[in-house]
Amino acid sequence: MSTLDILLQQLANGLILGSFYALVALGYTMVYGIIKLLNFAHGDLYMCGAFIGFLFLSLVSGLLGESWGGILCSMILSMITVGLLGVLIQRVAYLPMLAAPRLSILITALAVSMVLSNGVMALTDGEYEAFSTDLGFEGLEMGNVFVTYTQIALVVSAALLMVTLFFFINRTMYGKAMRAIAIDQDACRLMGINVNKVITLTFFIGSALAAAAGVMAGVYYGSVHFFMGFVIGLKAFTAAVIGGIGSIRGAMLGGLVLGLLEAFGTQIPFIGSEWKDVFSFGILILLLVFKPTGLLGKTEIERM
Amino acid sequence: MSKQSQTPKAAPAPSRSMLLDWLAIQRNRITILMILAGMAMVLPLVANNYVLEILTNAWFYVVLCLGLNIVVGYAGLLDLGYAAFFAVGAYTTGILTSEFGVNFWLTIPVAVVASMITGVIIGGPTLRLRSDYLAIVTLGFGEIVRICARNLEITGGASGLIGIERPSLFGLHLNQINHFYYVFLALAILACFISYRLQHSRLGRAWQYVREDEDAAEAMGIGRVAIKLYAYVIGAIFGGVAGCFFAAKMTAISPETFMFQQSVLILVGVVLGGMGKIPGVVIGAFALVLFPEVFRGIGSMRMLVFAVVMLVIILYRPEGIWPARRT
Repeated sequence: MSTLDILLQQLANGLILGSFYALVALGYTMVYGIIKLLNFAHGDLYMCGAFIGFLFLSLVSGLLGESWGGILCSMILSMITVGLLGVLIQRVAYLPMLAAPRLSILITALAVSMVLSNGVMALTDGEYEAFSTDLGFEGLEMGNVFVTYTQIALVVSAALLMVTLFFFINRTMYGKAMRAIAIDQDACRLMGINVNKVITLTFFIGSALAAAAGVMAGVYYGSVHFFMGFVIGLKAFTAAVIGGIGSIRGAMLGGLVLGLLEAFGTQIPFIGSEWKDVFSFGILILLLVFKPTGLLGKTEIERM
Repeated sequence: MSKQSQTPKAAPAPSRSMLLDWLAIQRNRITILMILAGMAMVLPLVANNYVLEILTNAWFYVVLCLGLNIVVGYAGLLDLGYAAFFAVGAYTTGILTSEFGVNFWLTIPVAVVASMITGVIIGGPTLRLRSDYLAIVTLGFGEIVRICARNLEITGGASGLIGIERPSLFGLHLNQINHFYYVFLALAILACFISYRLQHSRLGRAWQYVREDEDAAEAMGIGRVAIKLYAYVIGAIFGGVAGCFFAAKMTAISPETFMFQQSVLILVGVVLGGMGKIPGVVIGAFALVLFPEVFRGIGSMRMLVFAVVMLVIILYRPEGIWPARRT
């Protein structure tokens, strides 16, 4: 393969990886934007989404098959279930802690994350579950670059979800309310916005997006595991910071940038795939040192 | 001492038991401490090896939790990568003794310096940022250290280092569990003492000020970043030294010992017991070690129960089982 082919192949890989990161990063950034909470449990919601999608797929596969119909149906069901799970977590764990010191709510989020991952671990005995589908391996071949139809479909559906979200945030009343609450919660309350309802909705959407990414990752990698949420949670946070945390467009851009950086990073000599995670966390640390507001973030640096 | 001066002023709350009133007098507390220390000293004479192994482990976690308590409890910074410092200490001792044949006791100062340097590298740039950024950066950093230990040649790769020599002390070769019991008990007492002295020092008061109100502290002339960095580096030293002794006791270390779960476990110990309160942290560390032993029967549900207990405690008793009194 020529260098150009390798670069094109990595471009395709990076786009797929990047769209997963972007979907998960969106949930981080939405929750952070609206209540300034770093939701450590977000990566675990992604994992739960993958498992619940897996469960629904095995339920509907008799009726709809294990191809696109079944996957789409189980993905939507998984998004709704995990969205409700996210709302439940917000109501039970985060709502009572909003007035507490910052450290307490961060630790609460960590505890929620532990409950979710250990819960799934106890249910699955820590085993990998095979996420089997009937999608096959056909695809487009352009020169030496090979992309399966599954990969194309995953990127397209991720893009569709993001475009929908973008219009929801920018064109609807609820989207406007979300943006307003991120700026000044008390003023919104005075203007008659039902702040609690909008926060609940934010958690629902963020969690549902994570679940969608989880199901897609299950389809893409072909297996799910209780620990799959940990690293992607970290990566998605990195993506959100690259884009500027709190910014919707930033999360999308940051996810793609991180996915591409990682894909091309593995091609740099001396950085093999075993150093991939070091590479992206290194980027996170460097970014926080030199440009903590990210690419599209606001310029103010807040203090706790 | 702040507690003494509070006692006469604070009107006894109606719910306060007589025991707590009795404990409020410092002389009585010292008596209790002496009795507990005496009990800990004579324990190896009566306990079997299984009990001693667990208690040694508990004293070890007391040191780690007290170290993290300086960062989380005193300075109010969330560190999710504390296992990294523990790893730095353990690998320093491991590499120096097994590869270069250095005497164990000489590796301790090297490990102290190495963990200090690591603390400055990671803390220096990030302590200026919001505390939740710090949490994520420390998390990422903890992973970086583990992945490095896994992939580098000098750290023995994924299988780790084996055959670390056990140290001698005044001609006594430390190779029995009751030897290590005393070593870790001594370390834990030393860690309690240092924590206590730090808490009531000028630096300790500065940490408390920064934790409660950063801007006010800065206005009073406390260098915010420097003070946090002190907490971070001192916490790192605790972890590093604990790591040295861990390597010596286990004689083998592998990267999987220093996973994210390890950092979380240490944090859970600090939070469960009560951030910023030495007896609370000691109780938390013991709970951490004893809980899995007591609930050995429920198998894979164990960690789930543990996580749920943690969530319930943080929701209903956010300050921990035995919290620090704050005015």
